[in-house]
Amino acid sequence: MKKPVQKNKKIKKEPTVDQQISRRNFISFTTFAVLAAAAGGGWRWLYKSPAEKASVTGGARAPLRRALNQTELAFRRVFSNNHLVKTYPKSMAAKFPRHNSDIGSDGKFDVAAWKLQVTRITGEKLAIGIDEIKALPKTDIVYDFKCVEGWDQIQHWGGVRFIDFVDHFGLTAETQLNYVGMATPDKGYYVGLDMPSAMHPQTILAYELNEKPLPFNHGLPLRLIIPVKYGIKNLKRIGTITFSNHRPPDYWAEEGYDYYSGL
Amino acid sequence: MKAIKEKHSLAMRWCHWVNFPILTIMIWSGMLIYWANDEYKITLFGHTFVRFFPDWYYNLLNIPARLAEGMAFHFLFMWFFTLNGIFYILYTIISGEWRELVPQKKSFKEAFLVVLHDLHIRKMAPPQNKYNAAQRIAYTAIIVMGIGSVITGLAIYKPVQFYYLTWLCGGYHFARIIHFALTLGYVFFFVVHVVQVVLAGWNNFRSVISGFEIVDEQPKPIIQATANDEEAGSKE
Repeated sequence: MKKPVQKNKKIKKEPTVDQQISRRNFISFTTFAVLAAAAGGGWRWLYKSPAEKASVTGGARAPLRRALNQTELAFRRVFSNNHLVKTYPKSMAAKFPRHNSDIGSDGKFDVAAWKLQVTRITGEKLAIGIDEIKALPKTDIVYDFKCVEGWDQIQHWGGVRFIDFVDHFGLTAETQLNYVGMATPDKGYYVGLDMPSAMHPQTILAYELNEKPLPFNHGLPLRLIIPVKYGIKNLKRIGTITFSNHRPPDYWAEEGYDYYSGL
Repeated sequence: MKAIKEKHSLAMRWCHWVNFPILTIMIWSGMLIYWANDEYKITLFGHTFVRFFPDWYYNLLNIPARLAEGMAFHFLFMWFFTLNGIFYILYTIISGEWRELVPQKKSFKEAFLVVLHDLHIRKMAPPQNKYNAAQRIAYTAIIVMGIGSVITGLAIYKPVQFYYLTWLCGGYHFARIIHFALTLGYVFFFVVHVVQVVLAGWNNFRSVISGFEIVDEQPKPIIQATANDEEAGSKE
């Protein structure tokens, strides 16, 4: 009878300060080491995770692409047509706007034979000449063009607003879909745009730069100016416009960039 | 006599050690992004003293031509950086630990004395509680800097949707400069912090993992026994 009581007493005995110290050190340092190893392992997993399966997007680590897509959903919630891109006086526009890339808009091109091809959801194809587009109300915008690389430049573009364009050509049913796809005539460059961004009041099908027709290397005769997106979405020399409920192919999203790339 | 003295709460230790790798990843991925338009340098009277960054530096860290990768990492870990920061700030406010952290009126004068002491110019350091005056300023500043990084980050990430933040930061260019300068600030903080931690020794370092410090309590004369009892009672 006596023995167990004594045992209990021993267990209940207050540990010495040294015992407390080593006990707490052991617990905390073990926990720390386990968590650090888990974090290191997690990083290794992420860093070495395989590239996503190439589809509309490509070139990114699969988990990072999922994260980009989730982040897009979060930031789409703050998108609003009331959030307008800041505009500047004409005098501030660059005299020699920067030219960064001519993928899809290089090589020989017969401007006179150009027609914009718009595919309706019925499958019907519209062929629209540049004069028809120039006959629509013109909108000018002087704004800060932003490149995904990190540079920006105030530029002056003129053309027809995309909302005016779809309105005039009776494409309202098409704009009920989720995406717009645009591609150069040679299909060398192509972008996919979510409908809200395409229908933003400052999105323009531009045919003028600094109040003159587009220079050849800036997308003659018609290019996209979409100020709510990085430059990579501002397709030069539009050949075709399509509408879809699924993401249309996008040149830079295939190279690991965010599909949304919204500002 | 050896005694255990509680120093850092579990929440503080958690936030500290979670933040460290996340901030490292943010700085690294930020450099992958910055490389694509590396326009910053320090030029005085026509002479460039520092260029951010020289080629050898880029090559050493394998930075060139990884913009898309950098963005993908940056825009994932920004969530963790922000959430961890919000958690820390809320915890510090609610728990009352801010009292030990936020600089007091006297801190700015005292911090100067602390610096003099740490540089071995002055013998005595001002009396302190958990943190000395210089620490109060530094550890509060780093939180303000973290908030600054989130705000300037959002200002350059979504300058159209968060146009008011971009405006608040003095425009797109200036926001990007602040965002970059804050990062330099973290690196500077890190260097000083690590040197100070090394100099402060093991007992101090362990407290950021175990939470406690070991203090040497002087045995007190018997005559103060009653006073001691009262003290012990009031501690509970």
